[in-house]
Amino acid sequence: MKTIFTRGPSFTLRLFVVIACCVGLLIADSQFNLFSSVRVYLNSIVSPIQYVADAPQKLFSAFSENIMTRQALVDRNQQLEKDNLHLKADRLLLGQLQSENKQLRELLNSKKQFKYKRMITEVMSLRSDPFTHQLLIDKGAINGVYLGQPVINEQGVVGQVSQVGSTTSRVVLIVDASHGIPVRVQRNDAIAVVHGSGAWDKLNVPFVQSNADIKEGDLLVTSGLGGRFPAGYPVAKISRFEYQEGELYATVTATPVADLDRSRYLLLLWNNDPLAGADLTLDSPETFDEPVQ
Amino acid sequence: MNLFNSYKIIYFTFFVCLVAAIFPLPIILNAFRPDWMVLVLCYWIIALPHRVNIGHAFILGLFLDLLLGSILGMHAMLLSLLAYITSINFQRFRNFTLVQTTLLLGVFIFMSKLALYWIASSMQEIVLHRHYFWSVFTSMLVWPWFFLFMRFLRIRFKVS
Repeated sequence: MKTIFTRGPSFTLRLFVVIACCVGLLIADSQFNLFSSVRVYLNSIVSPIQYVADAPQKLFSAFSENIMTRQALVDRNQQLEKDNLHLKADRLLLGQLQSENKQLRELLNSKKQFKYKRMITEVMSLRSDPFTHQLLIDKGAINGVYLGQPVINEQGVVGQVSQVGSTTSRVVLIVDASHGIPVRVQRNDAIAVVHGSGAWDKLNVPFVQSNADIKEGDLLVTSGLGGRFPAGYPVAKISRFEYQEGELYATVTATPVADLDRSRYLLLLWNNDPLAGADLTLDSPETFDEPVQ
Repeated sequence: MNLFNSYKIIYFTFFVCLVAAIFPLPIILNAFRPDWMVLVLCYWIIALPHRVNIGHAFILGLFLDLLLGSILGMHAMLLSLLAYITSINFQRFRNFTLVQTTLLLGVFIFMSKLALYWIASSMQEIVLHRHYFWSVFTSMLVWPWFFLFMRFLRIRFKVS
């Protein structure tokens, strides 16, 4: 419909131009992955909006920290002191076990890396488009974040970095339908691959032989076989294992051990680290929190 | 000067709606989040089709794609299609009652959600959740109040 308002090209022409652009973008982005390097800059354009959206939550948490009573602070401090003592006691044993393990590995002539550079990061937003499970973190390319970097929290594996911006990055979670992670069963070293199901609390373990020795409650840890995730971090617990008589594969589902939608702080790990060969003692983890220049 | 003033208000509402579209909410409430971008675009196109149009819808859609981390062009395509449908019919939609526009918006958002699912499923491996379509109802609930508030803004700040 021509109206007195219409100026410039007609609506239909504009629509065709725009749709052509969109189809071009869709194909270039999903099939040829042309934007993976430009995304850093594109994400920086929209990061002010992300910071504004994140601000109320940050303000609120700062506010609630400020109005804590003295008693609550003292209680919390005592609790943390206790936890710290327990963790330090555990670490004493860990240092001993580490050197023992190292000696045994030297006897076997196999070297294995257990220490990784890591960095604490904060979750900015859980919101993503409705079909994927992603979250936004406040570290980006200037902190040394790279594509495919493993992300964990204190309970287990969370996911891996899928898009890097200059100051923010996107993490695709292990429950995303497009995500897979190689694991092994901690009890008997049987290997498997864990796929995301698209639901927040469910993972699928496909292609498990129906006579495999897997029970409900078994812990799955990363096997390190893909080369992306370091070995040995807990991923999920088997929640269901059943098979039909005569079928080749069993139906196995698992629940992630990490609280994916409730953790505020995460850890980024550097897997292929320039410091990998260096002699880093377990007793100074804080020095690893700084990025390598 | 008047032009600058109008665009100032229009872009401010766009910014607020972009923030509302990604504002962190608990996971359970996430599915009930109204489609703010569709609402604000439809309002401005019905009210001022010579100011806000397909080009704006395209740019905002790209912003939304970047903010949500989806494939570039997905939301851009949907929003510009919606903008096209709205802008060729804006005179008809202007004469609708509030109830009629609410129902119309419901249909628009339902169609856009279906199309989004269709595009996404052809590009990547996805899972459709049961509560995916809930935001149609919340958007319809929000629309009358949103419409009245935006009209108040438009008259108060003489956006034209």
